[in-house]
Amino acid sequence: MAFDRNVSGASYADLSRRNFLINSAVAGSGLVLSVSLPVGQGKALGSNSFAPNAFIRIGTDGQIVLTMPYVEMGQGTYTSIPMLIAEELEVSLKQVRLEHAPPNEKLYANPLLGVQATGNSNAIRGAWKPLREAGANARVMLIAAAATRWGVDVASCHAEAGEVIHASSGRRLKYGELAADAGRGPVPTNVVLKKLEEFKLIGTPTKRLDASGKVNGTAVYGMDARPPGVRVAALAQSPVFGGRLKHVDDAAAKAVKGVSQIVRLDDAVAVVADHMGAAKKGLEALKIEWDEGAHAGLSTQDVARELEQATLKAGAVAQTIGNADEALANAATRVEARYQLPFLAHATMEPMNCTVHFRGSECEIWVGTQAITRVQAMAAKAAGLPVEKVIVHNHLIGGGFGRRLEADGAVRAVEIGKQVDGPVKVVWTREEDIQHDMYRPYWVDRIAAGLDKDGKPIAWKNRFAGSSVMARWLPPAFKDGLDPDTTEGAIDLVYAVPNFHVEYVRAEPLGIQTAFWRSVGPSHNVFVTESFIDELAAAARQDAVVYRRALLDHNPRAKAVLDLAAEKAGWSSPLPKGRGRGVALQNVFGSYLAQVAEVEVAKDGSVRVHRVVCAMDCGTVINPDTVQAQIQSGVIFGVTAALYGEITLKNGRVEQTNFDTYQILRINEAPAIEVHVIKSAEPPGGMGEAGTSGIVPAIANAVFAATGKRLRKMPIDTNALKQPA
Amino acid sequence: MGFTININGTPRSVDVDADTPLLWVLRDVLGMTGTKFGCGMALCGACTVHLDGSAIRSCITTIDSVGESTITTIEAIGVTPTGAKIQKAWLEHEVAQCGYCQSGQIMSASALLKDKPHPTDADIDDAMSGNICRCGTYVRIREAIKLAAQSQTKEG
Repeated sequence: MAFDRNVSGASYADLSRRNFLINSAVAGSGLVLSVSLPVGQGKALGSNSFAPNAFIRIGTDGQIVLTMPYVEMGQGTYTSIPMLIAEELEVSLKQVRLEHAPPNEKLYANPLLGVQATGNSNAIRGAWKPLREAGANARVMLIAAAATRWGVDVASCHAEAGEVIHASSGRRLKYGELAADAGRGPVPTNVVLKKLEEFKLIGTPTKRLDASGKVNGTAVYGMDARPPGVRVAALAQSPVFGGRLKHVDDAAAKAVKGVSQIVRLDDAVAVVADHMGAAKKGLEALKIEWDEGAHAGLSTQDVARELEQATLKAGAVAQTIGNADEALANAATRVEARYQLPFLAHATMEPMNCTVHFRGSECEIWVGTQAITRVQAMAAKAAGLPVEKVIVHNHLIGGGFGRRLEADGAVRAVEIGKQVDGPVKVVWTREEDIQHDMYRPYWVDRIAAGLDKDGKPIAWKNRFAGSSVMARWLPPAFKDGLDPDTTEGAIDLVYAVPNFHVEYVRAEPLGIQTAFWRSVGPSHNVFVTESFIDELAAAARQDAVVYRRALLDHNPRAKAVLDLAAEKAGWSSPLPKGRGRGVALQNVFGSYLAQVAEVEVAKDGSVRVHRVVCAMDCGTVINPDTVQAQIQSGVIFGVTAALYGEITLKNGRVEQTNFDTYQILRINEAPAIEVHVIKSAEPPGGMGEAGTSGIVPAIANAVFAATGKRLRKMPIDTNALKQPA
Repeated sequence: MGFTININGTPRSVDVDADTPLLWVLRDVLGMTGTKFGCGMALCGACTVHLDGSAIRSCITTIDSVGESTITTIEAIGVTPTGAKIQKAWLEHEVAQCGYCQSGQIMSASALLKDKPHPTDADIDDAMSGNICRCGTYVRIREAIKLAAQSQTKEG
């Protein structure tokens, strides 16, 4: 037991030292990794260490350090990425130590995104080939070094568990013993990667490498950074977006014990203190006057109206097949609907925070971020420093969900830090976190379909309006009025529809900022498409699964997950009165997922999700348990959104403040969740987000099955479902 | 004002206002960062610690209310037999994802198991519904508590 390391007032030096202590505190954990190593504190492995690429370093002492280009925010990437490397490097995961990658776009950009960021369920998709190659190259070089030393043919040697072995003579050398030599040989080209059937690690249930620190309090998140002498700041930002700080009376705040400084910014004020208790108390004691600016009258209804208007205009054509207008005109039945989705906050459990030490000529930052180069660049701009003078230490992330793809928190911390002598940790209260989030966009969709005499869809026409996060976040990705995220799930439907037309109208509501939110584009589009196909099935008076299935002859992977989910859910079996089942099917993030939700609608209109059955085909599985965990997680995230998720504006202010007004699903409300994974040899698909995008329409469809009421707007309006007394 | 409180078996003295929440004394004054800040209003449970063995929310517990009571935090829960079993079950079931809420979850679960060695589903709902997990690890939290309860039975 090693708990005595930190029971009492661990200093920051202790925390750093702890990073190097392996074998964490929990009895029986058997894990030997610490992933809390802040970048920059990594002990140099010596000039003789072997570093064949940016991801692997092997010291002459045998230490194997893997640098993680993607950041751990719960999705298991600090286990699955090491698995890819270790598989080809031929090391056990117990032999490696992990480090957060420093900001370096050239070395660590996700090849699919072109930037160093973790999001859009694409870490494994981006890493699948390059990181296995990184491991394989290193292995080949180590084998070559051993063969040279022994004077034998490389083909007579092989690697195993961190050693090179010459089987015929029984000689063996540990990687550490070869480190000094291995770097001298050429980096191989065209190394042949293992075949699926040769995998030892990939596909094997593997314990998370970050687990032990997360059960004993030693995991270090951005919130836990404590550089020596750090003070804490609580802040109030203009309650109306774009507003300005007019006047602050800080006399009472300054009198609070522990408060040392009041920092005034154009649109915010911060109280710096010895600890957050004093900082918050000081903040409450401030008398602040705001100049609320142009958006002081804004309400959600204004935004909804603006977007509804936008859907009346022509948009950019995202996809067109056949002639949807003509087919609609000739259809036997025409179905039309309008859908709406609300603004949503991320509400990560770790509220926004960032620690900054501004020293004039350089700036050091401690933060947990999904986009470290973005933080570095935007912090540099705010600091008025060249990028290379901004040092960013990444940390474990206490919930990302897209929120930490943004650098606004770091910019805010730099603005404050510039006025503070010494390091300062800027901590957002939960209220600040919810009211100054960058939100999942509000969406309005107008959609129409035409059915033939048998009820089959022969025409599909959809036009939707809302914010393009990508256009702001990665401008080059927004071309001709479109970007790949905003339309994902709305186009390339799994279903065969011969005449198909989708348009997107970019409309950026003023007075509220939008951002990526778990399951991104599909969180909107899959709700619309899967709700609407359900409406078509109902219009055709057909079973929702049978109807979908008939449109999937060209799409065997989609059909297989639909069949499996329906079978495991007992789709056709009867349910008690008040209960219903709904289904949703999607092919997003490179994966196929079918979900069946079983819900109960009470007399008061409240909805309880009892059971969710998921069938997934995400191609080659890296860590089977992570797939299970991420689907479970995505489902709960989506149930929260369906039942409770809504950010509203009144007088320019976000009305929700904390977990009482922005509710999160709790354990007593959580459904039973089953996840069935189809074995596949296809390349891996993403699976961190699809669980969220699919479950919302599955629930809405289940409510329809239970009540006959179609929900075209989220979250669920329980009043509309209330039964007469 | 000076306060001396007993944390994980050690008396610790701090000089803060009487109404300072215990959470910030632990995290910012004493540097014990295992206990987490989530909401500041006892709505999420991330800050849960034990006061004389019972789960409390340290974000609304003022330092002057602690008195002679004993505080136990996540950093020391592993030395209690129940806490160790809970931690082990958490690892066995791979409960943690982002992990930020898990200190609080483990503190709530340990308190539950100490009071009710064989909790029913309803007991688990009662004891754990004050702890939010945004990663949605609820299915595994429930399983892990049941596993820890079983391991207690086996070990007598």
